[in-house]
Amino acid sequence: MSTQTENTSNAPSNEPSPKKGATGWVIFAFFVIGFGFSLLGGWVGFPKMLYTEVPHPIDFNHALHMNLVYDGCNSCHYFREDGSFSGSPTLNECRDCHGFVMGINENEEKFVEEYVLQDKEVPWNIFSKQPDCVYFSHAPHVNGAEMDCAACHGDIGDSESLRSYQENRLTGYSRDIWGWNMSRLGEPEHAPRMKMMDCVNCHVEETDSQGSCFQCHK
Amino acid sequence: MQKIPSHTKARHYGMVIDLDKCTGCATCMVACYSENNVSFRDDESVKLLSINWIQVYKLTNGKPFPDTEVCYLPQPCMQCDGKDFGHPPCVSVCPAVATDFDSPTGIVSQITTRCFGCRYCMAACPYHSRKFNWWDPVWPADMQNYLSPDVSPRMRGVIEKCTFCYHRFQQARQKAYAEGNPEDIGEDDYQTACTQACPSGAITFGDLDDPAHEVYKLKNNRYAFRLLERLGTNPSVYYLSTRKWVHRACDNYLENEEPAAFANKQA
Ligand code: HEC
Ligand code: HEC
Ligand code: HEC
Ligand code: HEC
Ligand code: HEC
Repeated sequence: MSTQTENTSNAPSNEPSPKKGATGWVIFAFFVIGFGFSLLGGWVGFPKMLYTEVPHPIDFNHALHMNLVYDGCNSCHYFREDGSFSGSPTLNECRDCHGFVMGINENEEKFVEEYVLQDKEVPWNIFSKQPDCVYFSHAPHVNGAEMDCAACHGDIGDSESLRSYQENRLTGYSRDIWGWNMSRLGEPEHAPRMKMMDCVNCHVEETDSQGSCFQCHK
Repeated sequence: MQKIPSHTKARHYGMVIDLDKCTGCATCMVACYSENNVSFRDDESVKLLSINWIQVYKLTNGKPFPDTEVCYLPQPCMQCDGKDFGHPPCVSVCPAVATDFDSPTGIVSQITTRCFGCRYCMAACPYHSRKFNWWDPVWPADMQNYLSPDVSPRMRGVIEKCTFCYHRFQQARQKAYAEGNPEDIGEDDYQTACTQACPSGAITFGDLDDPAHEVYKLKNNRYAFRLLERLGTNPSVYYLSTRKWVHRACDNYLENEEPAAFANKQA
């Protein structure tokens, strides 16, 4: 707008009006400030509106347990004979050691009293949970492509407590799927993002094909 | 149709159904309902509204007693290849890429979350293999708890169809990966639910292009034919029958025209 004012005033009168140029700048400044506020609202406020924090039923300390078990990650997350993956542990993986309250701290007491002694499975929040229509298998990635757990899950395996879990209020999906950074730019914050195109991008790189729909859907 | 991943061998799954063995018991339908979380209605008497992935039709030769003959024809999705292995009629018309030709297996995929229910594919399919969900599926009482986690249940407003129990292929593939050789999927590792349920062994399933598989031999049987074969849909489901009238009933023949299997015999 301001350039047009300059052009028209330049040509006939050869005397640019300073007042008109100043108004242009004021309007432009308002626009910039307003745009800045909207962006800020969008990036800061919108995620708060879209996502809600869900508390974990029980906190879990990976680092501590890794010193106690025999078989590393496999003690709790293992492959079954048919190639399927056990995923989050059931009480069977905990009972040997947690058959009674050790009295270490409240967290352990709560775990044993509310779940182990009552024979009730812990309803873990699954950070990486995909929508129901998605078929994902660990075998091609861990056995086939020999990928590390951390390549897709971040450093949960070495963590001392479970990080915060947030759920999308509209879809009920974990925030990890879209990624914690709303703009999806830069390094992922906690774990690599896992929207459909994130799976596909790696597949194109590694297998030279984006795959057909039924590869990942059921 | 997508490019096949560099590490994947192309297969072409298909089925051969022996109509002379089929007794019309519909066990295949029941097995399919429970395997694939197919919903049913309180009142299933209006067949136009019911959803099924495999349906048993009854054919008769139209002759009066004592010459009456009956033939039952189980009909899953034909998993057409189209003209050049990749263009089935339903895939060509889908405006949403919700249905696609799965080139690693030759199976026609249906992604129900992608489907928005325009039903073009239903109109394009010459076999009525595609069914529309007019209502949200409802299961009686606690049956909801017994649904299979391997097949995602559908919702109102989308099309669904037989997938040759694709989740069983995924499982076979996963097991093969765990055993160290992803391409090692034998005939027994991947079978559809209807094939295994059929008490008379009328259904055979396998890789149509693999000479080691039973279907390879059966599809080359002189009495093998396909439904409406001359439309050029190129189905992956073959039927067997030694009865001429059955062949006639499964395609549009002129009055004086003989079905291929029988025309050769006289020539
Ligand atoms: C003593 C049992 C145990 C051992 C050993 C163990 N974990 Fe876990 N793991 C758990 C429990 C319990 C959870 C919590 C379940 C949840 O939130 O999903 C969990 C969660 C996870 C998750 C989060 C999954 C998700 O998406 O929510 C990852 C990733 C994980 N573990 C990786 C590892 C790795 C890598 C190792 C080895 C370095 C390991 N675990 C060893 C018990 C164990
Ligand atoms: C090899 C034995 C063993 C197994 C298996 C095991 N734990 Fe533990 N766990 C321990 C011991 C020992 C402690 C106490 C460590 C300490 O504080 O010195 C502990 C502590 C805990 C605590 C309290 C720790 C804290 O600081 O918050 C929780 C909660 C817990 N375990 C949960 C689990 C769950 C869930 C499983 C099953 C997935 C499991 N454990 C499996 C041995 C085990
Ligand atoms: C290619 C990326 C990838 C790799 C590598 C990977 N995971 Fe996962 N993991 C996923 C995805 C995606 C899911 C969600 C699956 C779903 O919801 O269907 C998941 C789910 C999980 C879960 C929760 C499963 C549940 O639903 O209960 C655990 C626990 C887990 N992974 C542990 C591990 C461990 C341990 C390793 C290393 C041996 C590993 N993952 C390697 C991508 C990966
Ligand atoms: C970091 C890379 C990477 C990511 C991220 C990834 N994958 Fe994979 N995936 C691979 C590789 C590599 C293979 C091929 C393994 C082989 O055969 O060696 C593969 C294979 C597969 C297969 C088996 C394909 C077949 O031919 O049977 C499935 C299914 C699959 N991925 C699903 C997923 C899904 C769903 C996601 C997203 C949630 C995902 N993958 C994310 C690297 C990745
Ligand atoms: C490499 C694996 C992969 C392939 C191949 C793939 N998808 Fe997906 N798809 C996913 C994952 C993972 C999600 C869930 C994450 C998301 O919402 O992006 C998803 C989500 C979707 C959704 C949204 C579902 C929902 O409930 O949020 C639709 C629709 C969809 N895919 C359709 C397709 C179609 C159509 C094709 C074939 C052209 C296809 N997908 C191929 C992995 C894949």
